[in-house]
Amino acid sequence: MKISFTINGKSQSVEIADENTPLLWVVRDILDLKGTKFGCGKAACGACTLHVDGEAVRSCSYAIKFVEGKEITTIEGLGNEENPHPVQRAWIEEVVPQCGYCQPGFMMATAALIDKIPNPTDEDIDKNIINVCRCATYYRMRKAIHRAAALNTEASSSTETQIS
Amino acid sequence: MSKKKISRRKFLVRGGLGTIGVLAVGTYLFRNPIRRVIAEAIDSGESPYMGDTSSPVIWFEVTSENNIVLHSPKVEMGQGTFTSLAQMAADELEVSMEQMKVIHANSASGNMDGFATGGSTSVASLWVPLRELAATMREMIKNKAAEKIGVSIEQLSIADGVISEGENSISYAEVVADVSEWNIPDTPVLKDIKEYKFVGRPIPRVDLKDKVFGAPIFGMDATLPDMLHGAVVRSSAIGATYIDADISKAETMPGVVKVIKEPDFVGVIANSLIEAENAKNTIVVDWKVDRKWQTSDIEAMIAVGQGEPYVIQKEGDAEDILSEGENIITSDYKSPIGAHAQLEPNGALAHVEDDTATIFMSTQVVKLTRDEIAERLGLDEENVNIVPTFLGGGFGRRLHTPNAVQAAVLSKAVGKPVKCFFTRKEEFQNDTFRPPTHHVLKAKLSEDGMIEAIEHNVSSGDVAHGSAMLPSILEPILGSDIGAWRGGMIQYGAIPNFRTISWRVKLPFATSWWRSLGLLANTFAIESFMDELAIKAKKSPVEFRLAQIQDDNRGFRLKEVIKAAVEKSGYTDEVVNGRAMGFAVSTDANTPCAQVVEVSIENKEIKVHKVTCAMDPGIAVNPDQVRAQCEGAIIMGMSAAMFEKMDVEDGQLTPTIYGPYQMALMKNAPKQIDVVLLQNDDKPGAVGEPPLGPIGAAVANAVFRLTGERLREMPLQLKSSKV
Ligand code: FES
Ligand code: FES
Repeated sequence: MKISFTINGKSQSVEIADENTPLLWVVRDILDLKGTKFGCGKAACGACTLHVDGEAVRSCSYAIKFVEGKEITTIEGLGNEENPHPVQRAWIEEVVPQCGYCQPGFMMATAALIDKIPNPTDEDIDKNIINVCRCATYYRMRKAIHRAAALNTEASSSTETQIS
Repeated sequence: MSKKKISRRKFLVRGGLGTIGVLAVGTYLFRNPIRRVIAEAIDSGESPYMGDTSSPVIWFEVTSENNIVLHSPKVEMGQGTFTSLAQMAADELEVSMEQMKVIHANSASGNMDGFATGGSTSVASLWVPLRELAATMREMIKNKAAEKIGVSIEQLSIADGVISEGENSISYAEVVADVSEWNIPDTPVLKDIKEYKFVGRPIPRVDLKDKVFGAPIFGMDATLPDMLHGAVVRSSAIGATYIDADISKAETMPGVVKVIKEPDFVGVIANSLIEAENAKNTIVVDWKVDRKWQTSDIEAMIAVGQGEPYVIQKEGDAEDILSEGENIITSDYKSPIGAHAQLEPNGALAHVEDDTATIFMSTQVVKLTRDEIAERLGLDEENVNIVPTFLGGGFGRRLHTPNAVQAAVLSKAVGKPVKCFFTRKEEFQNDTFRPPTHHVLKAKLSEDGMIEAIEHNVSSGDVAHGSAMLPSILEPILGSDIGAWRGGMIQYGAIPNFRTISWRVKLPFATSWWRSLGLLANTFAIESFMDELAIKAKKSPVEFRLAQIQDDNRGFRLKEVIKAAVEKSGYTDEVVNGRAMGFAVSTDANTPCAQVVEVSIENKEIKVHKVTCAMDPGIAVNPDQVRAQCEGAIIMGMSAAMFEKMDVEDGQLTPTIYGPYQMALMKNAPKQIDVVLLQNDDKPGAVGEPPLGPIGAAVANAVFRLTGERLREMPLQLKSSKV
């Protein structure tokens, strides 16, 4: 079957035999966007987190058939070196990654969190950021999440000033 | 530059066990002198680099943009080695950090570690050789520049890879462009550390951007044109031997290209990963399983008194003093089976053509993997090229790589590149686990409340034996398992009588290296016991320890980290506002590390609020990354000490997924971690593992102060809930 959606701002269609194929493998192996990671395949680690219509989703357990007409964002579309997302800026400033494998998932989860809760408290972070990092970079991640929230508020208030 | 012809002269030959530090604590009882030498080498943390350091040409490349590419034989698994190596090279090469690129050396380049990446040895073992290689390379280029400009070498100055004399200047790239023959000069004298611009500074990680923007840098991200996907059936039962398989259904499944039966495994090759997995799941394998193991069987095996004992440390006459009489204090401690649970599963992308093989993968053992594939496929070792990628976590899990061999066999069967990975369940059931341990500690206090004699008995499954970190020829020479007793010796050299005995047990499933080896469990046992003794002696646990440390260099460094941790944390025995502190200290591979934790009990669970860590790794090449290692090791150590545990049920290891395999998450991570770095040594030492040592005991000791309950078993769980 053919499924059409938008990914990182571009329209995309894929022909796929099994409509229950997890979105993760379409993103990684058909669209060749390798930033979204496989950790468990059972929605238990968060390495595969990306956004579907702005919601953080564990793509290893999300069938491709459900993305028809939806907007997907992966780490590659979150920002880039020239134009990093506030979460990516914060991650760089706090030097968060160690092995780095879990980090795209955490950054995607964080971007969705600060979108909903612009200034998350420690409790908000504990409740919403539940991915697994084996290198245990949680201490710097928490700092980076607070920093990302601050950068994000700064960025949105400066655009508002420009508009007005 | 790497293609150019060079006149090779061996000028930087290192290796062997030539540089053995003298061990200050204790006396080894190994009757065999080779055993003693190896044991001392390991404990002193001085593991020499085991690769080719005869020429800079296989290490460095100058690009036409005048950047330097360092081909690292050590792999990057998060520990920050690439960044430290770049700093060391840049300082001697006189280039900027922006000009330094670091990539993994592939095995065909000849720049290969004869050993592995692991054991916290990468920066320490390359500290001298890498700087000498960089300095030599600088001199080689400088000599050529002098010829080209027509001046003497003394008149030249270098900045950012550009060599100048008056008005004339020439970049490294311009110098090397047309040189076909290099003369390797005598090894230059290294610069004074004080002259370094990058070593010792908190330079951001060189792989930071790749890791923040999602670059495809890991083994699982590797692709090749026409690539197929493989899947291998792995047993979920302990000790299962493959006999035969029924593949008739699998052969008819959609997307399947081929199903192959080998003498030792059965595998599928298909067009996509999902198709390969679906077909794999229809294969019915006939496994031979001799016994259905249970947790209770394993617990019965791991018990002091079972297996083969080896005395690994002895001073005075602890045995006699502790054999009978009054006032002997004894405690037992235990640690469970631990899983690596690294996020990127094991696997490889293999491409076998005619008489060559190319393998892309995350591995800690490049050479071993190359040799194993060459042997299995009957290829020349030179024709097998291992291309290491960034590792999605290592922790010792990637010291064994049968998965690479399987991927190569599958690729050969179809004549195309094949990528083949473990599922998460297979990772959990086919891990090379951290072995469970049992410890018996015994001591006698003197009348003034000091330790007169102390003895540590540790029973453990194998750690180093059977792993690539220890050549198997050493197994009969060493006898005891150096990994199992890492961190197991008594570090308080002023105690008159002490002894450590390691009991070696062979378990029915694979056990091996798990970040810090025996350190985590051994320190948990010894430092919990030290706390119990201090309380018996009615002394402050800090003063009690300080008073029993010997006066030599090792003792001095140990005392300094203790004092630093106490001062920074404001350690007190008192419970303040429902929070108590716990203290513990360890010495691993010559790096002492002291930690103070602050805990409370919330909803009947232990909550760690703050950890203070003082560590002395000698020179910190990148202090920010040393801190990052401490922070990560502390939380990973908490995870292992407070949450993690594998069980054996009806012949299978369980659980098989994150969640049921409980680990520390964001909500469990302390909100404050203070790291104090001391540098009381004139070279860099071990960093990645030592800070895992004290955390378990520090938490247990704090819990005792708060609740009066002594937790002697990992994972630490409160039985009573008095608070
Ligand atoms: S891979 Fe999707 S949650 Fe683990
Ligand atoms: S950085 Fe390695 S798993 Fe998170």
